[in-house]
Amino acid sequence: MTVALATSLGDDALILGQRLAEWCGHAPTLEVDLALANIGLDLLGQAQFFLGAAGAAEGQGRDADTLAYRRREDEFRNCLLVEQPNGDFARTIARQFLFSTWQALLFPDLAQSAAPAIAAIAQKAAKEVAYHARFAAEWVVRLGDGTSESHRRMADGLAWCWRFTDELFMDDTAKFRPEWDSHINATLTQAGLATPKPVRGITGGRHGRHTEHLGHILSALQYLQRVYPDATW
Amino acid sequence: MTNALPLWEVFVRAKNGLAHKHVGSVHAADPRMALEAARDVYTRRMEGVSLWVLPSASIIASDPGESPSLFDPAEDKIYRHPTFYIVPDNIKHI
Repeated sequence: MTVALATSLGDDALILGQRLAEWCGHAPTLEVDLALANIGLDLLGQAQFFLGAAGAAEGQGRDADTLAYRRREDEFRNCLLVEQPNGDFARTIARQFLFSTWQALLFPDLAQSAAPAIAAIAQKAAKEVAYHARFAAEWVVRLGDGTSESHRRMADGLAWCWRFTDELFMDDTAKFRPEWDSHINATLTQAGLATPKPVRGITGGRHGRHTEHLGHILSALQYLQRVYPDATW
Repeated sequence: MTNALPLWEVFVRAKNGLAHKHVGSVHAADPRMALEAARDVYTRRMEGVSLWVLPSASIIASDPGESPSLFDPAEDKIYRHPTFYIVPDNIKHI
């Protein structure tokens, strides 16, 4: 139980952190560049803790690095949303908004109810996650309520990401859906954006069935450890 | 997005009890965004406990052309520095 939960939380954070790192040096402005890199590094920190806890609970001598760098694509348990390509800035913001809002509901709950190892990490991360959710929501409003082009891009980004949101609410996390919906809708209303139409949700990430994008992320993420195993510097 | 966004000056208080100190500037569309940009750009390595941002346009700057009349007269007034006292050995923090 602890292993599965810590692995999925850790993989979510690791993969989204890697995605955000792709913006480094490419974001629209220096301010946004640093903001996205900061969020990415926060997530990388979460990944390190969660995967460390997963390895410890598993008890087979695998640490966070081993889990991050030596697993195959079908052994990753992240949700499909976080592995989706960055697209334009609006789509990146849409992905962050949907995901961070979910994390911001989940983590305070985990801090109360999860196994001690996970609860401690969730408690520590809850503060930064609240900031990520706020940051993303403000950009949703700024873009949605901005120019006709920024509005169109924000709507497109949300529509693109929407099919991956059902997966966030499977099993134990289903109870967060109503509150998540109300947070999302409140921000979208403020942004002058319509809630995307219901689509058939795509799932599978939690069982290791990923979109074609994850393999490409891992080929970059794991390259060094695959080519030079145990390399240090 | 371009640098057409307004400029804001950023001040950081390193710890409680110290004054806010100017550290640089950010571009942002509104005060909230300026504050968050300042947070991300200038306090990511625990540089501070409090932030101020204010529109750069609200700063009244001295005119470089007036510098001679404003600042040069102080040059030969060394008696304005309190350096003509002998500080007793047991006085610290001066």
